[in-house]
Amino acid sequence: MAELQFREAIREAIDEEMAREEKVFIMGEEVAEYNGAYKVTEGLLDKYGYKRVIDTPISELGFSGIGVGAAMNGLRPIVEFMTFNFAVLAADQIINHASKAGYMTGGQITMPIVFRGANASAGQLGATHSVAFDSMYAHFPGLKVIYTSEPDDAKGLLKSAIRDDNPVLFMESEQMYGMKGEVSEEEDYIIPIGKGKVKREGSDVTVVAHGKMYHVAKQAAAQLEKDGVDVEIIDPRTVKPLDLPLIVESIKKTNRCVVVDEAHPFAGFAAEIGFLIQREAFDYLDAPVQRVTLPDVNAPFAKNLLDAWLPSPKNVIDAVNQVTYRN
Amino acid sequence: MAIKIEMPKLSDTMEEGVIASWNVEEGDKVEAGDIIAEVETDKATMEVEAFDEGTVLKILVDAGDAVPLGGLMAVLGEEGEDISDILEGAGSSGSGKAEAKDSSSEEKEESSTSGGSTTLTSPRSDSGDSSSSSDDGRIKASPLARKMAEDKGIELSRVDGSGPNGRIIKADIENYKESAQPAAAVASTQGFESLESKEVKVSQMRKTIARRLSESKFTNPHFYETIDIDMKAAIAARKSMNEANDVKISFNDIVVKACSIALTRHQAVNSSWHGDVIKEHGDVHVAVAVAIDEGLMTPVIRHSDKKGLLQISSETRELAGLARDRKLQPEQMEGSTFTISNLGMFGIEEFTAIINPPNACILAVGAIRDVPVVENGEVVPGKRMKVTLSSDHRIVDGAKAAEFLNTVKNLLENPLSMLL
Repeated sequence: MAELQFREAIREAIDEEMAREEKVFIMGEEVAEYNGAYKVTEGLLDKYGYKRVIDTPISELGFSGIGVGAAMNGLRPIVEFMTFNFAVLAADQIINHASKAGYMTGGQITMPIVFRGANASAGQLGATHSVAFDSMYAHFPGLKVIYTSEPDDAKGLLKSAIRDDNPVLFMESEQMYGMKGEVSEEEDYIIPIGKGKVKREGSDVTVVAHGKMYHVAKQAAAQLEKDGVDVEIIDPRTVKPLDLPLIVESIKKTNRCVVVDEAHPFAGFAAEIGFLIQREAFDYLDAPVQRVTLPDVNAPFAKNLLDAWLPSPKNVIDAVNQVTYRN
Repeated sequence: MAIKIEMPKLSDTMEEGVIASWNVEEGDKVEAGDIIAEVETDKATMEVEAFDEGTVLKILVDAGDAVPLGGLMAVLGEEGEDISDILEGAGSSGSGKAEAKDSSSEEKEESSTSGGSTTLTSPRSDSGDSSSSSDDGRIKASPLARKMAEDKGIELSRVDGSGPNGRIIKADIENYKESAQPAAAVASTQGFESLESKEVKVSQMRKTIARRLSESKFTNPHFYETIDIDMKAAIAARKSMNEANDVKISFNDIVVKACSIALTRHQAVNSSWHGDVIKEHGDVHVAVAVAIDEGLMTPVIRHSDKKGLLQISSETRELAGLARDRKLQPEQMEGSTFTISNLGMFGIEEFTAIINPPNACILAVGAIRDVPVVENGEVVPGKRMKVTLSSDHRIVDGAKAAEFLNTVKNLLENPLSMLL
């Protein structure tokens, strides 16, 4: 195992896949000359040159369209967004073209494209720069959505995403790029899309948390352990396709579930998981499933309000206490 | 076209009704407005009328059986009409009843979904979600607890739920201990022939009493104050009133009158707790508890503070008669602001009563006793009556209750002052 920053793990995945397959190229704002807005693509221009590491104008819709066209014609583009908040401009290409071209042509067109970049809130950036888009994109058939919490998952899953013949949205976090974690040194380290992971074993309650929320859940679990509550944390890693069997198996053991999600509550990831659990594990539930999400309110700018807005370990502890009837 | 006759909502709180009797048989012709059945609700026995004319093609429920709100009771239509569709649709919901006849009522409740919101008007086309007898005794349990209880053969009705709203959860099943059996076994070894115990189906009224009084006793923080009242003057006043006017004013009527006047002077006692607000009632409506065979009812004397003894007396007698015949209408039982329960006629010296929600207080009236009392330093024969006020401490404090009782005492000891 090697200890890598999140950005290094992502870079390794891109680097390895570019070396392995010539059709893979990366483009986006500042990915080449500047070595990446968050230094994810550092060194790649020197290694692969201007034809495969391409700086684009500030025009998300335009370069996403180029990416979709390139994928249609047999290349394997990685389109980097400085944040998925800017990818809203490219939503037509992602939702109307990338996700549907294969379906509408009866499979004549494949769409091996990865859209990647930072997702969700990253501090005081205001309402338009703080949205978690994984739930929203997961809503659309034809898209795969990944939002990982640790460097190891990021490396293994990004390599899978680049090799996948379907459009994949690979989400990261500005606040996690510097986070370090052990990353497998296994050669050609691949994690299959759609496989979650039990990241903490426990017997009293299942907490489902992915992306940045995994770390919130982890803090809550450490606190709850002191109170004698043994929390099992499942990181689905892939939002869609979802590893539902893993969650259901866990609930059969713990009988209680809290879903932590960085998106808004209505029709979100947490709502979907809640539904699936009641359908698949009804007889095993000892309490209604609870969720911890953002409120149904846009991100505030003020620090104190932002802190209250974001899901916190305390929110998770409260929800766990509720499902374990400890309050 | 056949018409389904479904259990109507005959009172605000009913969730199911028991068919007391059918006035029609299959094959009978009915006109709109005909009373086709009598239904026992949680409050009273009510009449169910047909809204359409036609022939009774099918009666699906026997007298004595319960039907959830909106449940199919009978089918009306033209003679010879094919109603197999309707019966098939009712099959699953109807069979719930058939099974319930053989099995215990708990089982019926367990199989029910929370159909309390089923409305009268919605056509129950989806035969799948049938049984909706979510009556008051519905057992709430988490799905897991339900399954565990089934696996272990534990009757959920014997388990106390520790979750929200009494929900039975995993821990309750794990901690459940079978208790009753060993005692029974010991008893039978004593050489006495044991007599058969039987299970009696709980009537709608019993269920309502059980629910309302448990709710009251467990949620209202009760406290009790007793006061001893000299009834000499009241006895004399009653005697002269009855003799002079050929009427039959009872002591209870006098107590009702005294309390009604006292209520106008003590607002806290004439109030209701509503969580965020206390509702201070403008009017005084005193309910009088009436014992009947199956339980008790509390008909209401409206504006009792403004009525004379004669009117209170005749109204009470009329309402008590209706109560005994189970003919009280819901509106005659609703809206009380205070309740009086009198067991004096049974020789009960004093007792405590459970508050009749949403009242703040209830007065328990004991018998008038011949007791030796000390007057001016001498022991002389006296007539005394003890009354005990149960109060909801969320609204009424000890001193307030005491003030009210003293007003009642003064009024009864000086009956003429009631005329003021």
